[in-house]
Amino acid sequence: MRVEISGLNKLFENRVRLGIMSVLTVNDSYDFNNLKAALGVTDGNLASHLKALEENNLIRVNKRFIGRKPNTSYSITETGAQLFRTHLKALEDIIRSQ
Amino acid sequence: MDNNTNYSEDLKVIKKVMEESSRFLSLSGLSGLFAGLIAFAGATVVYLVILKNKILLTEEYFTGVTEKESRILKTELIAVLALVLILAIVVSLYFSYRKSLRKDLKMWTPVSKRLLISMLIPLVTGGIFIIILYIQNQWMLVVPAMLLFYGLALVNASKFTYSEVFYLGLIEILTGLLCTIFPVYGLVFWCFGFGLLHIGYGLTMYRKYEG
Repeated sequence: MRVEISGLNKLFENRVRLGIMSVLTVNDSYDFNNLKAALGVTDGNLASHLKALEENNLIRVNKRFIGRKPNTSYSITETGAQLFRTHLKALEDIIRSQ
Repeated sequence: MDNNTNYSEDLKVIKKVMEESSRFLSLSGLSGLFAGLIAFAGATVVYLVILKNKILLTEEYFTGVTEKESRILKTELIAVLALVLILAIVVSLYFSYRKSLRKDLKMWTPVSKRLLISMLIPLVTGGIFIIILYIQNQWMLVVPAMLLFYGLALVNASKFTYSEVFYLGLIEILTGLLCTIFPVYGLVFWCFGFGLLHIGYGLTMYRKYEG
């Protein structure tokens, strides 16, 4: 995983990923449909970014059934929370230093 | 520098998404304002029609009449209070719905569900408690109980909406405790707690976030 000298993380360069990480930072868990509504993105777009974050162990996937309907919810991992905090701090530092 | 505006845009997005997904921001100041006005209207009806220009809620007032009349009066009193509650809820929902449309926010989200549950637990408990008080003829404590449980509900729900709701809740609890000490002034405390406080809160919030 590449972290630049500034502290910015390449993984978070995308707005959708920033959005996902933001939602999961302030919520214990969030399901796919609600994430989609919160961020206003399409199924495919959201799914691909979730996959990338999951593969990098930044978020955790919980699949279960509510009645007969499958429900997929996501939560942030310890690593994810830490890296996102670092990224946020780097963003703030850059803006403050201008 | 282009990159720089991107970074500050990033931060704005993060802040917005965090706020919108953890707090119910559709709650409109106008909801508070109109809930307050409705509470005043209810108190006016109680004062003019039921208590016939008496301000004090005393046991004597209801014992000076026949058993049947006293029961009718108390039922009317409860009916007005319930009507006020229902109207206030409907009006609050209406203005919140309007605000959510205007600000392009969603009403029914995980956070609004949590807000609802955290409000309903103290409110339903309070509601049942009040029904029991009424059945056991402890009706002098009905208004204090309404203020207390409503205040507790606000404090409990405040973490899912504007933080000002927390302070409104604290003042409602304080008003409820004072009202427990002086229950004969129930109508006055009602006007203050459900009327004046809501109007003050509503106007402040409207000017701060929607003006």
